[in-house]
Amino acid sequence: MRSFTYERAATPQQAARAVGGKPGAKFIAGGTNLLDLMKLEIETPTHLVDVQDLPLGSIEETGEGGLRIGAFVSNTALSAHPRIRRDYAVLTRAIQAGASGQLRNKATTGGNLLQRTRCPYFYDTNMPCNKRSPGSGCAAIGGFSRQLGVVGVSDKCIATYPGDMANALAVLDAVVETVQPDGATRSIPIGAFHRLWGDTPERETALEKGELITGVVLPAPPGGRHFYSKVRDRASYAFALVSVAAVIQPDGSGRVAFGGVAPRPWRSKQADDALPLGAKAVIQQAFADASPRDDNRFKIALAERTLAGILAEVGS
Amino acid sequence: MSDPILPVTRRALLGSSAASVAILTAGEAKAGNVAASAASIRMPVSLTVNGTERLLTLDPRTTLLDALREHLQLTGTKKGCDHGQCGACTVIVNGERINSCLSLAVQHAGDEVTTIEGLGTPDKLHPMQDAFVEHDGYQCGYCTPGQICSSVAMLKEIARGVPSHVTGDLDGEMRATDVEIRERMSGNICRCGAYSNIAAAIADVARG
Ligand SMILES: Cc1cc2nc3c(=O)[nH]c(=O)nc-3n(C[C@H](O)[C@H](O)[C@H](O)COP(=O)(O)OP(=O)(O)OC[C@H]3O[C@@H](n4cnc5c(N)ncnc54)[C@H](O)[C@@H]3O)c2cc1C
Ligand code: SF4
Ligand code: FES
Ligand code: FES
Repeated sequence: MRSFTYERAATPQQAARAVGGKPGAKFIAGGTNLLDLMKLEIETPTHLVDVQDLPLGSIEETGEGGLRIGAFVSNTALSAHPRIRRDYAVLTRAIQAGASGQLRNKATTGGNLLQRTRCPYFYDTNMPCNKRSPGSGCAAIGGFSRQLGVVGVSDKCIATYPGDMANALAVLDAVVETVQPDGATRSIPIGAFHRLWGDTPERETALEKGELITGVVLPAPPGGRHFYSKVRDRASYAFALVSVAAVIQPDGSGRVAFGGVAPRPWRSKQADDALPLGAKAVIQQAFADASPRDDNRFKIALAERTLAGILAEVGS
Repeated sequence: MSDPILPVTRRALLGSSAASVAILTAGEAKAGNVAASAASIRMPVSLTVNGTERLLTLDPRTTLLDALREHLQLTGTKKGCDHGQCGACTVIVNGERINSCLSLAVQHAGDEVTTIEGLGTPDKLHPMQDAFVEHDGYQCGYCTPGQICSSVAMLKEIARGVPSHVTGDLDGEMRATDVEIRERMSGNICRCGAYSNIAAAIADVARG
């Protein structure tokens, strides 16, 4: 691990200024993704600004009947919150489908959104990777791509956003709130938070240098039945090959997002609208522009069957 | 490792274990020494470990795991993967289990840390330690301190009503069924495969 200096910020804006004003500075929340990558020298910050003392550790009601989740709320606390369990169950389900008990205790809402890809070549510093080292090439294209993306990818990078929580946030129409070093605040809809990176796979989100996530706002509960189905190589403690977050209303309409297939939770209006017509119709919409490889073509069939499983449960 | 889901390559694993061997045989076992030549940054960190306040001066790179093992000589907590993938390093911080390898010691200034050494002693075992002995919940024993710290805190999560991936009714009462125990302990890998006896030991404690 490269050497760095460390400080704890006291206010959100002070944190944003501390990172914004220093090249090489980064926030650290739980540290469960950042330290992993720092040990491999994939991330090499020279200064860490710890956000744990900021007043971002609680979940509060909004005037609109929704909830504001502080960026430092742990994954465990979020998934166990009584209102989340009752009104936003897809979020509890998604979080509990990810990582392990130990990791969820440490992982935070902001850090989880910003976790980086699990592309094996991104982790292998001996291999070319446009995301880790822009311009070096992409070892995954033409390489072992079973885990990688099938839609929304580019000819520079075919990695996926690997997280679970964000797929639930996508079907809940969550909004990410931030503060910038100059004190300006922004509200970024979850659908615009993770970028389709195109030619610049090193830029993964809409955040700018020094921009701190302060919280995530959930609008009033969507009602309906909530599902999160995750398919992976072992039953627990593994990343998704494919996951499906869905909220289905009694009339068969609803919202659906796919994880493990794209650079961001994969949701579209066309796919939502096709829900009453069944899984096949949804997949035709969601994966219309897919460009799978031979190794990962199975993900599209797997996504269809996983969604069909959910719809069968609704019908039964 | 043939599991493509876990991102650490065989090379990286070998590399990092070779590095820890080098640190250990160097005698002066200080995690921060690896590249201390570049910039010798040191910070004071005070932690309460097993009920005793300990003041350390550490390179900020020092993980909580290395602080415990190399600076406080509490070697009960084990280093398996050093990347959050095995659970051997599980300790309890402010009542919650975490992977001490993926946390910096400086992130824990002022925190209460409980390690396997603080749970029980050879003459006065914690009930979970007793149950592991009773059920033969290990073979080589390397994962055991992590399994025990993890299971003790896990049962408290159930008592607090934290749901899991296999919980049916999210609003119902959480119970320590066998399926729940297995899912909730998935963050602790046992290379010897002592899982059935580990699960039996935990179930014994859970059901009194
Ligand atoms: C073995 C293993 C298995 C895992 N399995 C899963 C899984 O199945 N599903 C899943 O979803 N996840 C999984 N994870 C990933 C885990 O969920 C993330 O590591 C965790 O959510 C990151 O949160 P953190 O608070 O620890 O982030 P950190 O590591 O502290 O930070 C991550 C990034 O976010 C930035 N950051 C943090 N907070 C803020 C903020 N408030 N504003 C702006 N930037 C910020 C940091 O600078 C850093 O770049 C796994 C991790 C491991 C190690
Ligand atoms: S897919 Fe993306 S992350 Fe993976 S090697 Fe290619 S550029 Fe890197
Ligand atoms: S050593 Fe920490 S999880 Fe393996
Ligand atoms: S007893 Fe050997 S690793 Fe678990």
